[in-house]
Amino acid sequence: MITNMKSLINIAVVLVATVALVSCSEQGKPNFQYMPNMYEPVGYETYGEYEVFAGQMEAMLPAEGTIPRGWMPYDYEDTTEGLNLAKAELTNPLEVSLESLAEGKALYDIYCAVCHGTKGDGQGILMQREKILGIPSYADPGRNITEGGVYHVQMYGLNSMGSYASQTNELERWQITQHVMNLKAALKGEPLIAPKVATEETTEQELESMPEEGHGSTEH
Amino acid sequence: MDNNITDRMEKVSYRNLPSKLSLALLALVLTFSISNSAFASTTVLPTQAADTTAGEALFKANCAACHKLGKKATGPALRGVGDKYDREWLYSWIKNSTAMVKSGDAQAVAIYEEYNKSVMTSFPALTNADIDNIIAYTYTQPKTVVLPPTPPGTESSGGGVSNNIILGILSLVFLMLVVILYLVNNTLRNFAKSQGIEVEEKEARTPIWKLFIQNQFLVLVTSILLLLTAGYFGYGYLMQVGVDQGYAPVQPIHYSHRIHAGENQIDCNYCHSSARKSKHSGIPSLNVCMNCHKNIGEVAAETQLQGEQEFGVDYNAEIQKLYKAVGWDEENQAYTGVTEPVKWVRIHNLPDFAYFNHSQHVTVGGIECQKCHGPVEEMEIMSQHSPLTMGWCINCHRETNIKVEGNDYYTKIHDELAKKYGKDKLTAAEMGGLECGKCHY
Ligand code: HEC
Ligand code: HEC
Ligand code: HEC
Ligand code: HEC
Ligand code: HEC
Ligand code: HEC
Ligand code: HEC
Repeated sequence: MITNMKSLINIAVVLVATVALVSCSEQGKPNFQYMPNMYEPVGYETYGEYEVFAGQMEAMLPAEGTIPRGWMPYDYEDTTEGLNLAKAELTNPLEVSLESLAEGKALYDIYCAVCHGTKGDGQGILMQREKILGIPSYADPGRNITEGGVYHVQMYGLNSMGSYASQTNELERWQITQHVMNLKAALKGEPLIAPKVATEETTEQELESMPEEGHGSTEH
Repeated sequence: MDNNITDRMEKVSYRNLPSKLSLALLALVLTFSISNSAFASTTVLPTQAADTTAGEALFKANCAACHKLGKKATGPALRGVGDKYDREWLYSWIKNSTAMVKSGDAQAVAIYEEYNKSVMTSFPALTNADIDNIIAYTYTQPKTVVLPPTPPGTESSGGGVSNNIILGILSLVFLMLVVILYLVNNTLRNFAKSQGIEVEEKEARTPIWKLFIQNQFLVLVTSILLLLTAGYFGYGYLMQVGVDQGYAPVQPIHYSHRIHAGENQIDCNYCHSSARKSKHSGIPSLNVCMNCHKNIGEVAAETQLQGEQEFGVDYNAEIQKLYKAVGWDEENQAYTGVTEPVKWVRIHNLPDFAYFNHSQHVTVGGIECQKCHGPVEEMEIMSQHSPLTMGWCINCHRETNIKVEGNDYYTKIHDELAKKYGKDKLTAAEMGGLECGKCHY
């Protein structure tokens, strides 16, 4: 009888211990490591938290006055006049090619389609689920949408639409612009932009002269 | 606030009463016989009579980008705007506000100046009736969603917590059982003793364990078995040291991939925009969040309810944390300039001696994020899906074909390698994806 009692108590102890152990192995903390000094870097790591930085975060805004690589000045101001001016006179320097159209579509589907819809009719998923309202169609008669305007809006945003300058670079913004103009044409039933019959070389040069890297804005 | 609105509504009907007394009387009679909507479509009448449903659709399609009913957005709050101006003014303002400002209309210029000369879009296509409908819609009260009663047992605690509670209770019950058994046993014994009953002790047989020890073969086999299992589990334990699979730290803002990437189907690259072209995918800076959250200050009532019931999170409070961090003043729709960093806890992290590049896999290799990061679009809380061990990298390099199509740059190498291995499809390993130097600096 007494041995029985003991084994019972033993079992209880083991059970309680396992329960405790299992509930201890939380998901909230990283695992143990062998020789952490081989794993943990001496240098400051991306997204690390260190005392030396303001706010303790490695991720910070670029220093005042920084110019990202490949950045080109954009002279139109972030005002209504600036927008109207860009609409009137800014044009797409990018040669139309199958490649740029395809890139433009891919980028548009990433950045713009959630709101504007893949067709540009203003019926993106967020609009359909009524999370964000009042997205215009590119064919909206009250809006005069031109290449310059589309680029300007991506650069600075417009009212409740934000700026996309931190996510895309100059080349990518012009590629998106091409696709948007195509969507507008399709909505209005006008002819689409198609690649001109250009020699391979000119298109390649055109693309190379556009900065590949760097974001177009100092704002991040 | 709400009182205010009802006040205003009364005022409207008052003002309209004297002038349209006869019509209103007619309306009264009509309301008793005909349903409300029929009445609205047949008579041109005060604000409330217009078709609010049509108005709502128009408002959402045209105006909601800049106007909210009860709150300032890009433009002023529109609730009750019908009282602020007379109807003719509103017609011409909405159809072409720019022209009105240009013409020097005092009211128009005043509001234009107040809103920093932001231009309201012109809506030449709207008819007066459309505008009446929209104005009528602006008088509607915000919908209050009636929360269904919480089903018993699903309190606002997360699943993990309630599991723990159940476990705790079970072990408590178990402990109490043991104690009770012990006490009962004791009392019985005492009782037996006092009654003078001799408790029958079984005659001393050799206990099983002694027999077991005496049988040396059995002992040998069991100890080998024990050693093997111990070895197995020990090895397993040692091998998972330093592997953070399943690591899901608490983040400073409860940000849900389920809601963003899942329900609202936002592309991974929208936020992790550098995955396309650089080593790191990057955590989005807060200006990216604000592209949407300038508009979304509160989640929908159903979302909020689900958050509270299933995950125990107040989603609206989480969005407020975001606003605090970027310094967004919702009241005035402007940045205050007072910001604080959001200290996201990094989850996936290779040791410094290993090199991993996202663009190489995502853009060049064309691999889906989910292949390595798991079903992110279902994760309420982000967790590490893959072990990120060297074996994991190598296995995949052995199994996965490289994307040869549309890769002009390496065509020649690919052709040569294809010839060397004598097949069209090459795995990453065959291209050199197993060379130590490719991953170790
Ligand atoms: C968060 C939702 C959202 C996303 C994402 C978005 N937009 Fe917009 N966009 C809007 C809203 C809202 C407006 C209406 C702005 C206004 O007129 O006040 C708008 C307006 C526009 C206009 C019309 C501007 C004019 O001249 O009237 C263009 C062009 C445009 N967006 C292009 C884009 C492009 C290109 C992208 C992708 C890089 C994009 N948008 C992504 C919400 C969005
Ligand atoms: C592009 C953003 C935008 C859109 C879209 C828009 N508005 Fe406006 N609205 C404004 C702004 C900004 C003002 C403030 C005056 C100004 O700066 O021009 C305003 C002012 C007003 C006013 C005057 C409000 C007051 O309290 O003085 C009314 C009424 C109005 N809008 C109605 C509408 C209606 C109805 C629609 C939809 C058919 C609409 N607006 C669409 C931006 C917009
Ligand atoms: C709306 C913006 C947004 C979208 C869309 C988004 N993410 Fe994230 N992601 C974040 C933020 C913010 C974090 C940091 C907070 C966290 O870890 O939960 C993050 C964290 C992560 C992490 C963990 C990073 C680390 O610290 O190791 C991974 C992996 C990830 N996201 C993958 C994805 C994938 C895959 C998708 C597409 C299915 C996606 N994300 C879509 C914003 C986004
Ligand atoms: C493309 C639009 C978009 C972007 C970008 C975006 N959100 Fe959201 N966010 C939403 C939508 C839509 C909801 C859900 C609203 C609803 O269900 O009513 C939401 C809900 C939320 C919520 C409440 C639910 C939850 O996830 O806990 C938080 C917090 C949040 N977002 C934070 C962020 C942060 C932080 C970022 C930047 C990394 C961000 N959002 C970027 C669209 C966006
Ligand atoms: C081949 C596997 C693989 C694929 C595909 C992949 N990732 Fe990763 N991801 C990783 C690894 C490994 C790390 C850890 C990197 C490190 O510590 O240097 C990581 C880290 C991250 C991080 C943490 C921060 C950073 O930049 O290091 C984020 C965010 C992330 N991935 C998002 C994504 C998104 C979004 C995609 C799809 C566009 C994606 N990943 C595709 C393997 C992958
Ligand atoms: C889902 C499968 C998968 C996983 C997991 C994976 N890789 Fe890869 N990796 C690939 C493929 C496919 C390529 C070839 C891409 C191409 O060139 O088309 C590649 C290429 C590479 C290359 C370039 C090889 C060369 O020959 O230039 C490196 C370096 C690399 N991976 C590192 C890693 C590391 C480090 C990890 C683990 C943290 C990892 N990979 C995990 C699929 C994977
Ligand atoms: C596909 C990329 C890849 C290749 C190729 C590769 N390694 Fe690794 N290796 C890794 C990664 C990732 C880790 C980090 C694993 C971890 O953190 O658990 C690692 C870790 C290690 C470690 C540390 C032990 C550990 O598990 O933490 C050693 C030693 C090592 N590698 C040696 C080699 C040698 C030798 C070769 C050449 C035969 C090689 N590696 C090739 C990706 C690679």
